Amino acid sequence: MIIYSLDAIALSQKINNQEITATKVITDIINNIEQQNPTLNCFTKILKKQALEQANKVDQEVEKGNNLGLLTGVPFAVKNLFDIQGVTTLAGSKINQENYPASQDATAIKKLKAAGAILVGALNMDEYAYGFVTENSHYGATPNPRDLSKISGGSSGGSAAAVAANLVSFSLGSDTNGSIRVPAALCGVFGLKPTYGRLSRAGTVLFSNSLDHIGGFTRSLRDMAAIFDVLQGEDKSDPVCTSLAPQFCFNQLNNDIGNLKIAVAGDYFQAGAEPETLEVIENLTKLLNIEQIVSIPESHRARAAAYIITACEGSNFHLKNLRSRPQDFDPATRDRFLAGAFIPNNWYIQAQRFRRWYRDQVKEIFQEIDVIIAPTTPCVATSLGQEKMIINGEEILIRPNLGRFTQPLSFIGLPVLSFPILRANKLPLGVQLIAAPYQELKILQVASFLEKKLKPFP
Amino acid sequence: MDKNKLEIKTYIQQTSVIIDLPIDPKYLPGVVDNLTSIAEIATLFTEFELPETIEAAPIFQP
Repeated sequence: MIIYSLDAIALSQKINNQEITATKVITDIINNIEQQNPTLNCFTKILKKQALEQANKVDQEVEKGNNLGLLTGVPFAVKNLFDIQGVTTLAGSKINQENYPASQDATAIKKLKAAGAILVGALNMDEYAYGFVTENSHYGATPNPRDLSKISGGSSGGSAAAVAANLVSFSLGSDTNGSIRVPAALCGVFGLKPTYGRLSRAGTVLFSNSLDHIGGFTRSLRDMAAIFDVLQGEDKSDPVCTSLAPQFCFNQLNNDIGNLKIAVAGDYFQAGAEPETLEVIENLTKLLNIEQIVSIPESHRARAAAYIITACEGSNFHLKNLRSRPQDFDPATRDRFLAGAFIPNNWYIQAQRFRRWYRDQVKEIFQEIDVIIAPTTPCVATSLGQEKMIINGEEILIRPNLGRFTQPLSFIGLPVLSFPILRANKLPLGVQLIAAPYQELKILQVASFLEKKLKPFP
Repeated sequence: MDKNKLEIKTYIQQTSVIIDLPIDPKYLPGVVDNLTSIAEIATLFTEFELPETIEAAPIFQP
């Protein structure tokens, strides 16, 4: 099975060169998923029949000499809030089991399939994406493949774990306050949350409309650039999807980064974290020859405002079911959704106004700086079922604090990549690479430089 | 129950009638805890003085 730890691009090359067929890849991948899933609990749905049908079509094209592209025959899976034609979209809930199957694939899935990628299943998550742990009362916890006693992070925990465990080449997830970056860091894979509105969310179950993004998980930077390139483009079906022209990154990853100004985030982003987290940042600061520390002002207030917006918008979205069947919600989300329905409108509007102010402050910083680095999570993956942790001698709740460093950034829609820091005999950590809106290329170029130095997936 | 939680419990019970969102008594303590926590968090930005010219930021493109 060594071939399946290859990145998507390498696997696709082997299929296009007819060294292996897509049918053989998908058959073996699904066998492996079926064997591993009882332990890893990443998949809530395995699409064996559909995947093999698509693999057969891919093989026919390859035999005719048609190169479908960078993702030919590559297996991928999606967080189960993406619509998959013919499958009921669960969004981690029991309630949505009663919904009709989706009539069509989400836009992102359509684009990836058109680029030759093969969808093999849907992945576990926190109910309605409201969580950082993927300990779902309906579908079970998804443990961390690097230590099965630990959490995978969330809410896209199944998406991160499936890539970390080599069950698929890449996956898709969503990020409202950190739900791509947190599990990417804890499972030790790349996780990209692009600029708000950069990628179409059409055909996904939203959580908090004004904060929701989609993005990907990979084991290589070139895979991330490839899927980002495929997913870009205007989509009228998503009212917040940008009409800006795509900026393709795959062929520009190796450009010199000598002219990019990189800084490390100070103050808020260097407090409330374990010493080993700060040590990782210090090491990267040296590796990138960073001399400048920037302060992003009032980030603790930004996190608070994001929290209130999320609670309000999430509650509003589920109000009908909160009224009629609160008992069917996951106990981990129910009381939070109910409480969110009682938030006074002034708090919500003030949070949205603060958001504009904070965005303006950060915009100023990006006049002088191209990329900022900061930790992704305060600590490594905690134990399944654990509720509290001690950081700097202070006992704090795990669930809300895992998003301490991610939440202020998604609040204003900045593009952020969580770069995996894999360490011998230790659990992984992640480092966020942050840029101004629509500057994903700069992030990917700096990450490409780091990938060559650190070789997280040799 | 401290004063703040008591006020929030009363607020929830009264508001739940107006917004037609009945709260089962078995969920009420959890909802009170959560809204109490939300109220504390909200002070972080409601106490922060913004210029009057700052508009709300949600994106709506008709």
